[in-house]
This record gives sequence, structure tokens and C-alpha cells, in this order.
Amino acid sequence: MSIITVDNLGKTYPVAIKDPGFAGTLKHFWHRNYRQIAAVKDVSFEIAAGEVVGFLGPNGAGKTTTLKMLTGLIHPSAGRVRVAGHVPFRRESAFLSKITLVMGQKQQLLWDLPAIDSLRINAAVYGIPDKIFRYRVDQLTEMLGLKDKLNQPVRKLSLGERMKAELLAALLHQPQVLFMDEPTLGLDVNAQASVREFLREYNRQYQATILLTSHYMADITALCKRVLLVYEGSLFYDGSLEDLLDRFSPYRELRVELKTLPDLRSLSSYGEMAGVEGHSVRFLIQREAMTSTVARLLAELEVTDLTVTDPPIEEIIGKVFQTGNAGWQKSVKPEFDREESE
Amino acid sequence: MIGHTIRVAKALLTAYYAHMLEYRAELLLWALSNSLPFILMGVWTQAAQGGKFGLSSLELARYFLAAFIVRQFNVVWVIWEFEKEVVSGQLSNKLLQPLDPVWHHFAGHVAERFARLPFIAVLVAMFFALYPQSFWLPSLSSILLFIFVIAIAFSLRFLIQYTFALLAFWTERASSIEQFWFLIYLFLSGLVAPLEVFPPAVREFVLWTPFPYMVHFPSAILVGLPVDIGKGFAVMFVWGAIFFAINRWMWRRGLKHYSGMGA
Repeated sequence: MSIITVDNLGKTYPVAIKDPGFAGTLKHFWHRNYRQIAAVKDVSFEIAAGEVVGFLGPNGAGKTTTLKMLTGLIHPSAGRVRVAGHVPFRRESAFLSKITLVMGQKQQLLWDLPAIDSLRINAAVYGIPDKIFRYRVDQLTEMLGLKDKLNQPVRKLSLGERMKAELLAALLHQPQVLFMDEPTLGLDVNAQASVREFLREYNRQYQATILLTSHYMADITALCKRVLLVYEGSLFYDGSLEDLLDRFSPYRELRVELKTLPDLRSLSSYGEMAGVEGHSVRFLIQREAMTSTVARLLAELEVTDLTVTDPPIEEIIGKVFQTGNAGWQKSVKPEFDREESE
Repeated sequence: MIGHTIRVAKALLTAYYAHMLEYRAELLLWALSNSLPFILMGVWTQAAQGGKFGLSSLELARYFLAAFIVRQFNVVWVIWEFEKEVVSGQLSNKLLQPLDPVWHHFAGHVAERFARLPFIAVLVAMFFALYPQSFWLPSLSSILLFIFVIAIAFSLRFLIQYTFALLAFWTERASSIEQFWFLIYLFLSGLVAPLEVFPPAVREFVLWTPFPYMVHFPSAILVGLPVDIGKGFAVMFVWGAIFFAINRWMWRRGLKHYSGMGA
């Protein structure tokens, strides 16, 4: 039973075009030229109740625009959306009480007041009885590790504490469907991990559906079995995360600090180089070749430091497009030739 | 339903009242920054000693004190806040809640009136201390009528400015229209001169516009100058209905146009 149904969704924005220079400015003043920019094109998918789905794509791919249409903030130019049995743009109270949208870079809490004051407003607006309000605040404070922080003015909280308080405010009405736009943006590793853990726990306790965008691979790998990949407004991939990683990112990033830098040609014999900065070199190494490459590097060069990480999602996606997927069709999963990408 | 409305109103007013109290020092400065009526009082009472204006110096002094009080209660800034919210995309957060975002602004304005009250009381007391001849005590009925009229006058001014604010959906600088509107408001509302000194034909015309009902009408009631109360309410009601209809229409159109910039 799907709780989110999206059919051929599209959004086109008019964008004013200005020629450069003073003449362009004058022309722009008298006569505006608009170009229609398609931010989202013909996107279709379904999400079942209780699923946690990652929504990935480079900046400007149309993720946020799609989320805004799913939450009823903006009016779709084409297609149909249904979320929890409602047409989002009508913004019926019953719909708004079932969903929430957390935007990492936007805040809803009143800056100068303790978070608890904003929470009281939310409780009244969503019609949450006092007893339940207190119970939920206690429970969520506990889950988020926010004890004693709710009585301090929001402006006195650290970024991580503020983000958690924002989450608390966004979840006070116990929504069934959570839209999360970069909920861990700018948080340190510990705070990221606790927000992640919280989302997992929330999903488990309330069988809530979560659609999540993030630039941090760790968020996605920790929470999402399934991912949607958008690029230039179109849905590019819809399937399991494991498949995506296998097909598109058989690489991990290897960063080595070298005492002396040999010539670049000999370095490239270890694997594909992603960048050189001073004495630090970044390689993209196939997962299965990682152990042997590390062994070779340590044996042959003077290594002062070495780290292995997953490359950022941006890079994985960039890689997908570099290797050329021109004739690739949305409905067909791509056959990604690992050897060819070397 | 009514219980829910009262609870929301209480929560909003309490929070925004607390919010306003964070700005104690600013509140005093804001109250003082509206002392234009006092400056004009000086000008008019001087002028009244020489010429015939239909109002005595004393009546003029009382009128401008009343105008000062009225002005404190109908200061509206929703257009700047709303414009900022639309341009920055902050409006999105409020659109996600099952409550029309306007109530946040309205509650913020109302709460600010209460936070401002002590400062107004002090300023009025100081005025009477400096100028004791001007002291008068309006009848209980005119005080009650004044409170009622000022509430309506404020609501109407809020509604009109909020209607202009909705232009922010289409243009980034909706507040410039308020600056133009304020210029007309300044002259026709009775802030710069009481309507009694206007030429009769001009006064007749002005009384059909919404402007004099926002300052002159409530001030005249407080001071005890003769006003047509029935016509006053009728004109305010008609303008209120017109702006309400335009407002709701623009709100629906505007939301379709809204792109939640930057959010």
C-alpha cells in the first residue's frame, strides 16, 4: 500500500534573463525576457508506508523542488501527487497534520525565545492535548538527548542542539510521513550520528515513512535501503542502495600523505588519481583492489598517513555521468562496465 | 472549535508577548519615534493663537495627544516581515502548519500593543505633568467606544497593509507601495492636521476614504469632537470587505506563484 504516489510530476519556473553590462541592465529594466526552466521533469515513483528512502542527486537536480511539491508548498506545473490520501497543494489541515518537512538550512523556532515556547505554539496549532504534549516532549527530548536545553533561548544553543530542537518541533504532532532535506547539514560527526540514530528509532517506533536527502553518504547508507536518484530534473535510478553502489560506485577513496612526492606518472600506476594537494594524494580505488593497493603503496612509498573513505555522493554521481550513460533509459537498469571506467 | 481557537490565540499571544519583552529598550524607542503628533501639536497650537481654525489651542493639544495614542496602537509592519519571509523562503515553515500564517503576524502585532502599553502610560503621564491645563478625562462611554474603534481601525490598517504585502509573491519589493501609501495616509488620516481644518469639500471627500478612520476618527471620539459614528463604521466596514476580498483572491493566486525561494 503506497503512501506517496507521484505520476509524471513536473515543475517549470520562469527565470528572468539579463544580458551582461549596463546596456543589458537597461534592457532588463524596460523589457524582461523570461526563460522557462524545467526544474523537475516527468518524475514518477511510489513509496510504501514505513519505507525509508534516500533521495539523491547533485545540487540543482530538483530534489528540493520535488520535496516542496510533495509537501504542498509549491504548485506542480504537471502531473499528479498524492501523499497520505491527499493532494498536497490543497493544504488541508488533515494533510498537514500527517506530514512534516525538515529543512537543514531553515528554522521554524523563534530565535529569541526558549524552544519550549515555540513547541507550545505548535501544540496548540496541531491541537495536541496538554498531557500528550508533555509526554511527547519528554519522550522526544530523551530520544534526542536534549535534556534541559528546551528552556534556553534558541539563539544560545549550538548548531547541533538547535537542529535537534528543530527536529523535535517538526515531529511533535507525530507525523506519518517525514520529508527531510539535509537534516544533518553542518553538524559534526557525533551530532550527525545521533540525528541518524533518532530517525531510525522514530521510523521503527511509529512505522513512519521517511524521504531523505543528504550530501552525507553515511546518512543514506545508515538509513535507506532504497534510493531515488535524480539528475537535471529527471528520475535516473530507483532501486536498492546496494545495487546503486555496486553499479555506480565500486570505488572507495584512498588518501595518502607521502613524505616525498614521486612523479605523477608513477603514482598513477597505483590507481585512478582524484587529486593532488601538496604531499597528499587522493586515489579512487576499486573495492576489491583496495587491500592489494594499500599493501603496494606501503611497501613501495614512504607513507606518513593513510585514510580510506567512501567518496562523496556528488563524486559517485559525477562518475556515473562521466562514464557516459547517453542512450540509457530510465526503466532499464544500466549495465555498468567496471573495467571501462578505469 | 472555539476551544481550539482560544487555545491557539492564547499560545500565540503569550509567546509573542514574551518575544516582544526581549526588546524592552527598543519598545521605548519605537514609542518615542512616533512622536510626530507632538511636533505638529507645537506648530498647530502656535498657529491657532493667531488665526481661526475652528479648534482652540487646547483642543488642538488634546487632539494631537489623542492622535499620538492612536498612532501607538495602529503601527503596522506586516509588509516588511511578510516580504522578508517570501523572499527568503521562510514562509514555507509556516505554510506547513495547519494555521493561516497571517495569525502569527496578527498575534505578534497585538502582543506588541500590550508590551508597549506601560511606555504609552508613562509618556501620557509626562505630557500631562508638563502641560497640566490640557488634562481631561473622557467619559466611560467614549473610552469604551474608543477601544472598540481603535481595535477596528488597527485591524483595517493591518488588513490593507497585509493585502499590499501579498504583492511580495510577484515582486521582491512590495514594501515600496507601503511607502507611497503612507505618504497619503500621513496627510489624509489626520496625523499632520485634524480634519476640522481641511476645506469642507476636501473633508467631505476624504471622509469616504479609509484614511481618516485610522487616526482622526478614534482621536476625535477620545477628545469629544463631533463625528458621524454610523457613517464611520459603515465606511470602515465597506473598505474592510473590499480589501478582504482582494486579499483572499491574491493569497490563492500568490501561493500558486510561490516558489519557496532558497528553501
